[in-house]
Amino acid sequence: MFGEIIPLLTKALGETVYMVALSMAVASIVGIPLGVLLHTTDKGQILENLPLNKIIGSIVNAVRSIPFVILMVAIIPLTRFLVGSSIGTTAAIVPLVIASIPFIGRQVETSLKEVPAGLVEAAQSMGATPAQIVTKVLLPEAMPSIVSQLTTVIIALVGESAMAGAIGGGGLGDLAIRYGYQRFRPEVMIATVVVLIVLVQLVQFCGNTLARHLDKR
Amino acid sequence: MIKISNVEKIYDAPSGKVHALRGINLNIAKGEIYGIIGLSGAGKSTLVRCINMLERPTAGSVIVDGQDMMKLSEDELRGARKNIGMIFQHFNLLTTKTVYDNVAFPLTLTGTPKDKIAKKVEPLLELVGLHDKAKQYPSQLSGGQKQRVGIARALASDPKILLCDEATSALDPQTTKSILSLIRDINKKFALTVVVITHEMQVIKEICDKVAVISDGVIAEKGSVLDVFTNPQHRITREFISVLLSNELPAAFRGNEISSEKVEGALLLLRLNFLGERADDPILAQMIRSIPDVECTMLFGNLDEIHGVPFGRFIVGLSGGESAIQGALNFLSNKEVRVEVIGYVRRNYSAVD
Repeated sequence: MFGEIIPLLTKALGETVYMVALSMAVASIVGIPLGVLLHTTDKGQILENLPLNKIIGSIVNAVRSIPFVILMVAIIPLTRFLVGSSIGTTAAIVPLVIASIPFIGRQVETSLKEVPAGLVEAAQSMGATPAQIVTKVLLPEAMPSIVSQLTTVIIALVGESAMAGAIGGGGLGDLAIRYGYQRFRPEVMIATVVVLIVLVQLVQFCGNTLARHLDKR
Repeated sequence: MIKISNVEKIYDAPSGKVHALRGINLNIAKGEIYGIIGLSGAGKSTLVRCINMLERPTAGSVIVDGQDMMKLSEDELRGARKNIGMIFQHFNLLTTKTVYDNVAFPLTLTGTPKDKIAKKVEPLLELVGLHDKAKQYPSQLSGGQKQRVGIARALASDPKILLCDEATSALDPQTTKSILSLIRDINKKFALTVVVITHEMQVIKEICDKVAVISDGVIAEKGSVLDVFTNPQHRITREFISVLLSNELPAAFRGNEISSEKVEGALLLLRLNFLGERADDPILAQMIRSIPDVECTMLFGNLDEIHGVPFGRFIVGLSGGESAIQGALNFLSNKEVRVEVIGYVRRNYSAVD
Protein backbone atom coordinates (compact mmCIF):
# COMPACT_ATOMS: atom_id res chain seq x y z
CA MET A 1 0.00 0.00 0.00
CA PHE A 2 2.76 2.41 0.97
CA GLY A 3 4.62 1.39 -2.14
CA GLU A 4 1.82 3.06 -4.08
CA ILE A 5 1.57 6.18 -1.90
CA ILE A 6 5.25 7.10 -1.91
CA PRO A 7 5.62 7.88 -5.62
CA LEU A 8 2.35 9.86 -5.42
CA LEU A 9 3.67 11.83 -2.45
CA THR A 10 7.06 12.51 -4.02
CA LYS A 11 5.48 13.77 -7.22
CA ALA A 12 3.02 15.97 -5.31
CA LEU A 13 5.75 17.29 -3.04
CA GLY A 14 7.86 18.11 -6.09
CA GLU A 15 4.94 20.03 -7.60
CA THR A 16 4.31 21.95 -4.38
CA VAL A 17 7.98 22.88 -4.02
CA TYR A 18 8.03 23.95 -7.68
CA MET A 19 4.93 26.14 -7.27
CA VAL A 20 6.11 27.69 -4.02
CA ALA A 21 9.70 28.26 -5.10
CA LEU A 22 8.90 29.73 -8.48
CA SER A 23 6.08 31.97 -7.27
CA MET A 24 8.20 33.09 -4.32
CA ALA A 25 11.07 33.98 -6.65
CA VAL A 26 8.90 35.91 -9.11
CA ALA A 27 6.88 37.60 -6.35
CA SER A 28 10.06 38.67 -4.54
CA ILE A 29 11.48 40.31 -7.64
CA VAL A 30 8.44 42.60 -7.70
CA GLY A 31 7.48 42.53 -4.02
CA ILE A 32 10.79 43.60 -2.46
CA PRO A 33 11.13 46.73 -4.61
CA LEU A 34 7.44 47.37 -3.90
CA GLY A 35 8.18 47.23 -0.17
CA VAL A 36 11.12 49.61 -0.63
CA LEU A 37 8.85 51.99 -2.55
CA LEU A 38 6.11 51.77 0.10
CA HIS A 39 8.63 52.66 2.80
CA THR A 40 10.75 55.28 1.06
CA THR A 41 7.81 57.30 -0.32
CA ASP A 42 6.17 57.46 3.11
CA LYS A 43 6.11 60.63 5.18
CA GLY A 44 9.55 61.80 6.31
CA GLN A 45 11.39 59.16 4.26
CA ILE A 46 14.11 59.68 1.66
CA LEU A 47 11.83 59.73 -1.40
CA GLU A 48 8.74 61.15 0.30
CA ASN A 49 5.87 61.25 -2.18
CA LEU A 50 2.58 60.96 -0.36
CA PRO A 51 0.22 60.81 -3.39
CA LEU A 52 2.25 57.95 -4.90
CA ASN A 53 2.46 56.26 -1.51
CA LYS A 54 -1.34 56.48 -1.09
CA ILE A 55 -2.03 55.07 -4.56
CA ILE A 56 0.35 52.12 -4.19
CA GLY A 57 -0.84 51.51 -0.64
CA SER A 58 -4.48 51.36 -1.77
CA ILE A 59 -3.73 48.91 -4.58
CA VAL A 60 -1.76 46.72 -2.16
CA ASN A 61 -4.61 46.76 0.33
CA ALA A 62 -7.18 46.01 -2.36
CA VAL A 63 -5.33 42.93 -3.64
CA ARG A 64 -4.62 41.74 -0.11
CA SER A 65 -8.27 41.93 0.87
CA ILE A 66 -9.36 39.45 -1.83
CA PRO A 67 -9.51 35.89 -0.43
CA PHE A 68 -7.12 33.64 -2.33
CA VAL A 69 -9.77 31.21 -3.64
CA ILE A 70 -11.70 34.10 -5.17
CA LEU A 71 -8.57 35.76 -6.59
CA MET A 72 -7.62 32.47 -8.18
CA VAL A 73 -10.91 32.16 -10.05
CA ALA A 74 -11.25 35.86 -10.79
CA ILE A 75 -7.98 36.13 -12.68
CA ILE A 76 -8.45 33.01 -14.81
CA PRO A 77 -8.53 35.13 -18.02
CA LEU A 78 -5.20 36.72 -17.08
CA THR A 79 -3.73 33.32 -16.26
CA ARG A 80 -4.89 31.95 -19.60
CA PHE A 81 -3.36 34.94 -21.35
CA LEU A 82 -0.02 34.60 -19.56
CA VAL A 83 0.59 30.83 -19.57
CA GLY A 84 -1.93 29.67 -22.17
CA SER A 85 -3.98 27.57 -19.76
CA SER A 86 -5.83 27.98 -16.51
CA ILE A 87 -5.21 24.43 -15.34
CA GLY A 88 -1.95 22.88 -14.18
CA THR A 89 0.95 23.58 -11.89
CA THR A 90 2.41 26.42 -13.93
CA ALA A 91 -0.99 28.08 -14.24
CA ALA A 92 -1.32 28.00 -10.46
CA ILE A 93 1.79 30.14 -10.19
CA VAL A 94 0.03 33.21 -11.65
CA PRO A 95 -2.49 33.70 -8.81
CA LEU A 96 0.13 32.68 -6.25
CA VAL A 97 2.47 35.41 -7.50
CA ILE A 98 -0.27 38.03 -7.63
CA ALA A 99 -1.41 37.23 -4.11
CA SER A 100 2.16 37.23 -2.77
CA ILE A 101 3.45 40.48 -4.28
CA PRO A 102 1.46 42.84 -2.01
CA PHE A 103 2.01 40.51 0.94
CA ILE A 104 5.80 40.64 0.45
CA GLY A 105 5.56 44.38 -0.14
CA ARG A 106 3.92 44.97 3.23
CA GLN A 107 6.25 42.55 5.05
CA VAL A 108 9.35 44.21 3.59
CA GLU A 109 7.92 47.65 4.41
CA THR A 110 7.43 46.56 8.02
CA SER A 111 11.04 45.34 8.19
CA LEU A 112 12.41 48.56 6.70
CA LYS A 113 10.45 50.62 9.22
CA GLU A 114 12.42 48.92 11.99
CA VAL A 115 15.69 50.42 10.73
CA PRO A 116 16.41 53.40 13.03
CA ALA A 117 15.96 56.75 11.27
CA GLY A 118 19.33 57.82 12.68
CA LEU A 119 21.13 55.36 10.41
CA VAL A 120 19.55 56.92 7.35
CA GLU A 121 20.37 60.37 8.66
CA ALA A 122 24.00 59.35 9.24
CA ALA A 123 24.27 58.05 5.68
CA GLN A 124 22.74 61.28 4.37
CA SER A 125 25.25 63.29 6.37
CA MET A 126 28.00 61.35 4.60
CA GLY A 127 26.59 62.27 1.22
CA ALA A 128 24.89 58.98 0.33
CA THR A 129 22.44 58.99 -2.60
CA PRO A 130 18.93 57.59 -2.08
CA ALA A 131 19.93 54.49 -4.06
CA GLN A 132 22.96 53.99 -1.81
CA ILE A 133 20.82 54.45 1.28
CA VAL A 134 18.47 51.70 0.05
CA THR A 135 21.14 49.23 -1.01
CA LYS A 136 23.83 49.92 1.59
CA VAL A 137 21.81 50.89 4.65
CA LEU A 138 18.11 50.02 4.59
CA LEU A 139 18.18 46.57 2.97
CA PRO A 140 21.32 45.22 4.74
CA GLU A 141 20.18 46.53 8.13
CA ALA A 142 16.67 45.13 7.67
CA MET A 143 17.89 41.83 6.18
CA PRO A 144 17.50 39.64 9.31
CA SER A 145 13.95 40.90 9.71
CA ILE A 146 13.20 40.59 5.98
CA VAL A 147 14.33 36.96 6.05
CA SER A 148 11.98 36.23 8.96
CA GLN A 149 9.10 38.00 7.23
CA LEU A 150 9.71 36.21 3.91
CA THR A 151 9.72 32.89 5.78
CA THR A 152 6.17 33.70 6.82
CA VAL A 153 5.31 34.44 3.18
CA ILE A 154 6.74 31.07 2.06
CA ILE A 155 4.67 29.25 4.64
CA ALA A 156 1.56 31.13 3.54
CA LEU A 157 2.42 30.13 -0.04
CA VAL A 158 2.56 26.44 0.94
CA GLY A 159 -1.02 26.78 2.19
CA GLU A 160 -2.21 28.76 -0.83
CA SER A 161 -0.54 26.35 -3.22
CA ALA A 162 -2.63 23.56 -1.66
CA MET A 163 -5.75 25.56 -2.53
CA ALA A 164 -4.47 26.11 -6.04
CA GLY A 165 -4.09 22.35 -6.25
CA ALA A 166 -7.81 22.00 -5.74
CA ILE A 167 -8.47 23.62 -9.11
CA GLY A 168 -6.14 21.29 -10.92
CA GLY A 169 -2.83 22.77 -9.97
CA GLY A 170 -1.35 19.53 -8.69
CA GLY A 171 0.77 19.35 -5.57
CA LEU A 172 0.06 18.11 -2.07
CA GLY A 173 -3.31 19.86 -1.74
CA ASP A 174 -4.54 18.26 -4.92
CA LEU A 175 -3.34 14.84 -3.74
CA ALA A 176 -5.07 15.19 -0.39
CA ILE A 177 -8.38 16.22 -2.01
CA ARG A 178 -8.48 13.73 -4.85
CA TYR A 179 -7.07 10.64 -3.12
CA GLY A 180 -7.66 11.33 0.52
CA TYR A 181 -11.10 12.93 0.36
CA GLN A 182 -12.79 11.96 -2.88
CA ARG A 183 -11.54 8.34 -2.91
CA PHE A 184 -11.94 7.80 0.85
CA ARG A 185 -8.23 7.05 1.47
CA PRO A 186 -7.58 8.46 4.97
CA GLU A 187 -4.00 7.14 4.95
CA VAL A 188 -3.21 9.34 1.92
CA MET A 189 -4.79 12.31 3.68
CA ILE A 190 -2.73 11.69 6.83
CA ALA A 191 0.49 11.13 4.88
CA THR A 192 -0.06 14.40 2.97
CA VAL A 193 -0.71 16.34 6.14
CA VAL A 194 2.45 14.86 7.71
CA VAL A 195 4.51 15.87 4.69
CA LEU A 196 3.04 19.40 4.82
CA ILE A 197 3.85 19.70 8.53
CA VAL A 198 7.43 18.57 7.95
CA LEU A 199 7.78 20.94 5.01
CA VAL A 200 6.55 23.94 6.98
CA GLN A 201 8.76 23.07 9.97
CA LEU A 202 11.75 22.79 7.66
CA VAL A 203 11.07 26.17 6.02
CA GLN A 204 10.63 27.84 9.41
CA PHE A 205 13.82 26.25 10.74
CA CYS A 206 15.87 27.37 7.73
CA GLY A 207 14.40 30.88 7.92
CA ASN A 208 15.14 31.22 11.62
CA THR A 209 18.69 29.93 11.23
CA LEU A 210 19.46 32.28 8.36
CA ALA A 211 17.93 35.28 10.14
CA ARG A 212 19.92 34.54 13.29
CA HIS A 213 23.09 34.18 11.27
CA LEU A 214 22.55 37.59 9.61
CA ASP A 215 21.62 39.41 12.80
CA LYS A 216 24.69 41.03 14.39
CA ARG A 217 22.78 43.16 16.90
CA MET B 1 34.23 78.77 8.19
CA ILE B 2 30.51 78.63 8.99
CA LYS B 3 28.33 81.70 8.66
CA ILE B 4 24.71 81.35 9.69
CA SER B 5 22.60 84.43 8.95
CA ASN B 6 18.98 85.09 9.94
CA VAL B 7 18.13 81.40 9.82
CA GLU B 8 14.48 80.56 10.41
CA LYS B 9 12.92 77.13 10.52
CA ILE B 10 9.20 76.52 10.63
CA TYR B 11 7.78 73.01 10.81
CA ASP B 12 4.28 72.01 9.83
CA ALA B 13 3.07 69.95 12.74
CA PRO B 14 -0.44 68.48 13.10
CA SER B 15 -0.99 70.96 15.93
CA GLY B 16 -0.04 73.91 13.70
CA LYS B 17 3.16 75.63 12.69
CA VAL B 18 6.16 75.22 14.97
CA HIS B 19 8.68 78.02 14.84
CA ALA B 20 11.83 76.06 15.76
CA LEU B 21 14.43 78.70 14.83
CA ARG B 22 13.66 82.42 14.88
CA GLY B 23 16.46 84.33 13.21
CA ILE B 24 19.76 82.74 14.20
CA ASN B 25 23.08 84.49 13.48
CA LEU B 26 26.35 82.70 14.17
CA ASN B 27 29.89 82.98 12.89
CA ILE B 28 32.15 80.04 13.50
CA ALA B 29 35.82 80.55 12.71
CA LYS B 30 38.16 77.94 11.28
CA GLY B 31 39.75 75.65 13.87
CA GLU B 32 37.36 76.74 16.59
CA ILE B 33 35.36 74.47 18.89
CA TYR B 34 31.98 76.16 19.07
CA GLY B 35 29.44 74.95 21.60
CA ILE B 36 25.72 75.40 21.24
CA ILE B 37 23.88 74.71 24.47
CA GLY B 38 20.17 74.59 25.05
CA LEU B 39 17.41 72.61 26.71
CA SER B 40 15.64 69.92 24.72
CA GLY B 41 13.26 71.60 22.30
CA ALA B 42 15.32 74.79 22.22
CA GLY B 43 16.18 74.19 18.57
CA LYS B 44 19.83 73.24 18.88
CA SER B 45 19.53 69.93 16.99
CA THR B 46 17.59 71.66 14.23
CA LEU B 47 20.25 74.35 14.07
CA VAL B 48 23.15 71.92 13.68
CA ARG B 49 21.22 70.06 10.97
CA CYS B 50 20.82 73.33 9.09
CA ILE B 51 24.61 73.41 8.71
CA ASN B 52 24.68 70.27 6.54
CA MET B 53 21.13 70.74 5.24
CA LEU B 54 19.73 67.62 6.87
CA GLU B 55 17.15 70.25 7.75
CA ARG B 56 16.58 72.95 5.17
CA PRO B 57 16.06 76.39 6.75
CA THR B 58 12.78 78.10 5.88
CA ALA B 59 14.64 81.40 5.48
CA GLY B 60 18.12 82.84 5.91
CA SER B 61 21.46 81.68 4.64
CA VAL B 62 24.09 79.15 5.62
CA ILE B 63 27.57 79.59 4.17
CA VAL B 64 30.00 76.74 4.83
CA ASP B 65 33.58 77.06 3.64
CA GLY B 66 32.55 79.75 1.16
CA GLN B 67 29.65 77.72 -0.28
CA ASP B 68 26.05 78.87 0.01
CA MET B 69 24.53 75.59 1.20
CA MET B 70 20.96 76.68 0.37
CA LYS B 71 21.77 77.20 -3.31
CA LEU B 72 23.46 73.83 -3.97
CA SER B 73 21.81 71.17 -6.13
CA GLU B 74 21.19 67.75 -4.56
CA ASP B 75 24.34 66.46 -6.18
CA GLU B 76 26.52 69.40 -5.13
CA LEU B 77 25.08 69.13 -1.63
CA ARG B 78 26.16 65.49 -1.37
CA GLY B 79 29.66 66.60 -2.33
CA ALA B 80 29.62 69.40 0.22
CA ARG B 81 28.45 67.02 2.95
CA LYS B 82 31.63 64.97 2.53
CA ASN B 83 33.37 68.05 3.87
CA ILE B 84 31.27 67.95 7.04
CA GLY B 85 31.60 64.94 9.35
CA MET B 86 28.89 64.29 11.89
CA ILE B 87 28.63 62.20 15.06
CA PHE B 88 25.45 61.41 16.93
CA GLN B 89 24.10 60.78 20.40
CA HIS B 90 23.12 57.21 19.53
CA PHE B 91 26.20 56.63 17.35
CA ASN B 92 24.11 55.42 14.36
CA LEU B 93 26.53 52.68 13.37
CA LEU B 94 25.54 49.98 10.89
CA THR B 95 24.83 46.91 13.02
CA THR B 96 25.45 44.42 10.21
CA LYS B 97 28.93 45.78 9.42
CA THR B 98 32.17 45.38 11.33
CA VAL B 99 34.01 48.29 12.97
CA TYR B 100 36.36 48.39 10.00
CA ASP B 101 33.53 48.45 7.45
CA ASN B 102 31.68 51.12 9.40
CA VAL B 103 34.70 53.42 9.28
CA ALA B 104 35.19 52.56 5.61
CA PHE B 105 31.53 53.28 4.82
CA PRO B 106 31.85 56.94 3.67
CA LEU B 107 34.69 55.86 1.37
CA THR B 108 32.72 53.00 -0.17
CA LEU B 109 30.01 55.55 -1.05
CA THR B 110 32.46 57.29 -3.36
CA GLY B 111 33.76 54.03 -4.81
CA THR B 112 37.23 54.35 -3.29
CA PRO B 113 39.44 51.34 -4.18
CA LYS B 114 40.02 48.79 -1.39
CA ASP B 115 43.74 49.45 -0.88
CA LYS B 116 43.15 53.18 -0.53
CA ILE B 117 40.38 52.48 1.97
CA ALA B 118 42.74 50.35 4.04
CA LYS B 119 45.37 53.10 4.02
CA LYS B 120 42.77 55.51 5.37
CA VAL B 121 40.87 53.30 7.82
CA GLU B 122 43.79 51.67 9.64
CA PRO B 123 45.43 54.91 10.84
CA LEU B 124 41.99 56.19 11.88
CA LEU B 125 41.33 53.09 13.98
CA GLU B 126 44.77 53.60 15.49
CA LEU B 127 43.92 57.24 16.24
CA VAL B 128 40.73 56.38 18.11
CA GLY B 129 42.40 53.43 19.83
CA LEU B 130 40.33 50.64 18.33
CA HIS B 131 42.83 48.91 16.11
CA ASP B 132 42.27 45.57 17.82
CA LYS B 133 38.48 45.79 17.40
CA ALA B 134 38.47 46.14 13.59
CA LYS B 135 36.71 42.82 12.99
CA GLN B 136 34.14 43.17 15.77
CA TYR B 137 30.54 44.26 15.33
CA PRO B 138 29.20 47.41 17.04
CA SER B 139 27.03 45.29 19.39
CA GLN B 140 30.23 43.92 20.92
CA LEU B 141 31.48 47.39 21.87
CA SER B 142 30.82 49.69 24.83
CA GLY B 143 29.16 53.07 24.33
CA GLY B 144 32.45 54.95 24.39
CA GLN B 145 33.98 52.56 21.86
CA LYS B 146 30.94 52.97 19.60
CA GLN B 147 31.37 56.75 19.68
CA ARG B 148 35.04 56.29 18.81
CA VAL B 149 33.96 54.32 15.75
CA GLY B 150 31.54 57.16 14.97
CA ILE B 151 34.38 59.68 15.20
CA ALA B 152 36.68 57.60 13.00
CA ARG B 153 33.87 57.21 10.46
CA ALA B 154 33.20 60.96 10.48
CA LEU B 155 36.90 61.63 9.80
CA ALA B 156 37.24 59.09 6.98
CA SER B 157 36.34 61.56 4.24
CA ASP B 158 38.85 64.16 5.52
CA PRO B 159 36.24 66.73 6.53
CA LYS B 160 37.06 70.30 7.50
CA ILE B 161 34.15 70.45 9.92
CA LEU B 162 32.91 68.04 12.57
CA LEU B 163 29.36 68.35 13.88
CA CYS B 164 28.73 66.67 17.24
CA ASP B 165 25.05 66.22 18.04
CA GLU B 166 24.82 65.41 21.77
CA ALA B 167 27.78 63.10 21.17
CA THR B 168 28.41 62.41 24.84
CA SER B 169 24.87 62.55 26.19
CA ALA B 170 24.48 58.77 26.21
CA LEU B 171 27.83 58.19 27.92
CA ASP B 172 28.90 58.07 31.55
CA PRO B 173 31.02 60.95 32.95
CA GLN B 174 34.31 59.05 32.69
CA THR B 175 33.72 58.05 29.07
CA THR B 176 32.46 61.57 28.30
CA LYS B 177 35.80 62.97 29.42
CA SER B 178 37.78 60.60 27.22
CA ILE B 179 35.60 61.26 24.17
CA LEU B 180 35.86 65.02 24.73
CA SER B 181 39.63 64.85 24.96
CA LEU B 182 39.68 62.82 21.75
CA ILE B 183 37.61 65.53 20.04
CA ARG B 184 40.03 68.14 21.38
CA ASP B 185 42.98 66.17 20.04
CA ILE B 186 41.59 65.80 16.54
CA ASN B 187 40.58 69.47 16.55
CA LYS B 188 44.23 70.36 17.13
CA LYS B 189 45.72 67.66 14.93
CA PHE B 190 43.63 68.33 11.82
CA ALA B 191 42.81 72.03 12.48
CA LEU B 192 39.22 70.83 12.39
CA THR B 193 36.35 73.22 13.01
CA VAL B 194 34.06 71.57 15.54
CA VAL B 195 30.45 72.39 16.39
CA VAL B 196 29.29 70.81 19.64
CA ILE B 197 25.59 70.55 20.48
CA THR B 198 24.87 69.72 24.10
CA HIS B 199 22.64 70.34 27.08
CA GLU B 200 25.53 69.89 29.51
CA MET B 201 27.56 72.94 30.57
CA GLN B 202 30.35 70.56 31.59
CA VAL B 203 30.93 69.70 27.92
CA ILE B 204 31.12 73.38 26.99
CA LYS B 205 33.51 74.12 29.83
CA GLU B 206 35.68 71.12 28.99
CA ILE B 207 36.38 71.70 25.30
CA CYS B 208 34.68 74.73 23.75
CA ASP B 209 36.33 78.01 22.84
CA LYS B 210 33.07 79.83 22.12
CA VAL B 211 29.55 79.16 23.20
CA ALA B 212 26.08 80.18 22.09
CA VAL B 213 23.15 79.67 24.42
CA ILE B 214 19.98 78.91 22.52
CA SER B 215 16.52 79.21 24.00
CA ASP B 216 13.15 79.03 22.22
CA GLY B 217 14.77 79.21 18.82
CA VAL B 218 16.83 82.34 19.46
CA ILE B 219 20.41 82.85 20.61
CA ALA B 220 20.07 84.21 24.13
CA GLU B 221 23.76 84.85 24.57
CA LYS B 222 27.04 84.10 22.85
CA GLY B 223 30.72 84.76 23.31
CA SER B 224 33.90 83.19 24.57
CA VAL B 225 33.36 80.44 27.13
CA LEU B 226 35.38 82.39 29.69
CA ASP B 227 33.22 85.51 29.32
CA VAL B 228 29.95 83.65 29.37
CA PHE B 229 30.99 81.60 32.41
CA THR B 230 32.32 84.46 34.46
CA ASN B 231 29.74 87.04 33.47
CA PRO B 232 26.53 85.39 32.29
CA GLN B 233 23.91 87.89 31.09
CA HIS B 234 20.87 85.76 30.50
CA ARG B 235 18.76 83.88 33.04
CA ILE B 236 18.98 80.65 31.04
CA THR B 237 22.78 80.90 30.93
CA ARG B 238 22.94 81.33 34.70
CA GLU B 239 20.76 78.26 35.08
CA PHE B 240 23.10 76.19 32.91
CA ILE B 241 26.12 77.43 34.80
CA SER B 242 24.52 76.89 38.20
CA VAL B 243 24.59 73.14 37.53
CA LEU B 244 28.37 73.35 37.59
CA LEU B 245 28.91 76.33 39.83
CA SER B 246 26.35 76.48 42.57
CA ASN B 247 24.92 79.92 43.18
CA GLU B 248 23.31 78.96 46.45
CA LEU B 249 24.24 80.60 49.70
CA PRO B 250 26.08 78.54 52.30
CA ALA B 251 23.64 76.44 54.35
CA ALA B 252 24.01 78.65 57.44
CA PHE B 253 22.41 81.55 55.51
CA ARG B 254 20.17 79.73 53.10
CA GLY B 255 16.48 80.49 53.40
CA ASN B 256 16.96 83.49 55.67
CA GLU B 257 15.59 86.88 54.68
CA ILE B 258 17.89 88.94 52.46
CA SER B 259 17.72 92.66 53.12
CA SER B 260 19.31 95.52 51.23
CA GLU B 261 19.18 97.68 54.36
CA LYS B 262 21.52 97.18 57.24
CA VAL B 263 20.19 94.66 59.72
CA GLU B 264 21.57 94.38 63.23
CA GLY B 265 23.57 91.19 63.75
CA ALA B 266 23.55 90.30 60.04
CA LEU B 267 26.51 89.97 57.70
CA LEU B 268 26.64 91.74 54.36
CA LEU B 269 27.20 88.89 51.92
CA LEU B 270 29.25 89.49 48.80
CA ARG B 271 29.85 87.19 45.89
CA LEU B 272 33.34 87.74 44.46
CA ASN B 273 34.59 86.45 41.12
CA PHE B 274 38.30 86.55 40.40
CA LEU B 275 39.58 85.90 36.96
CA GLY B 276 42.95 85.05 35.49
CA GLU B 277 46.07 86.41 37.21
CA ARG B 278 43.85 88.24 39.71
CA ALA B 279 42.77 84.94 41.16
CA ASP B 280 46.25 84.67 42.68
CA ASP B 281 46.35 88.22 44.13
CA PRO B 282 45.81 88.58 47.88
CA ILE B 283 43.02 91.12 47.37
CA LEU B 284 41.07 90.24 50.51
CA ALA B 285 44.19 90.44 52.66
CA GLN B 286 44.96 93.86 51.17
CA MET B 287 41.42 95.00 51.86
CA ILE B 288 41.57 94.00 55.52
CA ARG B 289 44.91 95.70 55.90
CA SER B 290 43.77 98.98 54.35
CA ILE B 291 40.40 99.06 56.15
CA PRO B 292 41.12 97.56 59.57
CA ASP B 293 37.60 98.30 60.90
CA VAL B 294 35.91 95.80 58.63
CA GLU B 295 35.54 92.14 59.61
CA CYS B 296 35.66 89.72 56.71
CA THR B 297 34.46 86.13 57.04
CA MET B 298 35.11 83.61 54.28
CA LEU B 299 31.92 81.56 53.78
CA PHE B 300 32.52 79.77 50.52
CA GLY B 301 35.43 79.45 48.14
CA ASN B 302 36.15 77.60 44.94
CA LEU B 303 38.99 77.83 42.46
CA ASP B 304 38.33 76.45 38.99
CA GLU B 305 39.96 76.66 35.60
CA ILE B 306 38.49 77.39 32.18
CA HIS B 307 40.93 76.76 29.36
CA GLY B 308 43.86 77.14 31.73
CA VAL B 309 42.61 80.48 33.08
CA PRO B 310 42.14 80.37 36.85
CA PHE B 311 38.68 81.38 37.95
CA GLY B 312 37.94 81.91 41.64
CA ARG B 313 34.52 82.29 43.23
CA PHE B 314 34.04 83.31 46.83
CA ILE B 315 31.26 84.34 49.13
CA VAL B 316 32.39 86.51 52.00
CA GLY B 317 30.49 88.13 54.83
CA LEU B 318 31.37 91.66 55.93
CA SER B 319 30.55 93.26 59.24
CA GLY B 320 31.57 96.52 60.84
CA GLY B 321 30.58 100.15 60.77
CA GLU B 322 28.74 101.59 57.82
CA SER B 323 31.70 103.67 56.68
CA ALA B 324 34.04 100.71 57.02
CA ILE B 325 31.77 98.55 54.88
CA GLN B 326 31.38 101.30 52.30
CA GLY B 327 35.18 101.64 52.28
CA ALA B 328 35.58 97.93 51.71
CA LEU B 329 33.14 98.00 48.78
CA ASN B 330 34.98 100.96 47.26
CA PHE B 331 38.28 99.17 47.72
CA LEU B 332 37.02 96.07 45.94
CA SER B 333 35.40 98.01 43.09
CA ASN B 334 38.82 99.50 42.25
CA LYS B 335 40.36 96.05 42.00
CA GLU B 336 39.92 93.66 39.12
CA VAL B 337 37.34 91.55 40.81
CA ARG B 338 33.66 91.28 40.04
CA VAL B 339 31.60 92.04 43.13
CA GLU B 340 27.97 91.18 43.50
CA VAL B 341 26.31 92.44 46.66
CA ILE B 342 23.83 89.83 47.85
CA GLY B 343 22.56 91.74 50.90
CA TYR B 344 22.40 91.54 54.67
CA VAL B 345 21.58 88.04 55.87
CA ARG B 346 21.45 86.67 59.40
CA ARG B 347 23.30 83.51 60.24
CA ASN B 348 21.15 80.53 61.05
CA TYR B 349 23.05 78.81 63.84
CA SER B 350 21.21 75.51 63.75
CA ALA B 351 22.03 74.81 60.10
CA VAL B 352 24.38 72.00 59.21
CA ASP B 353 26.02 71.96 55.78
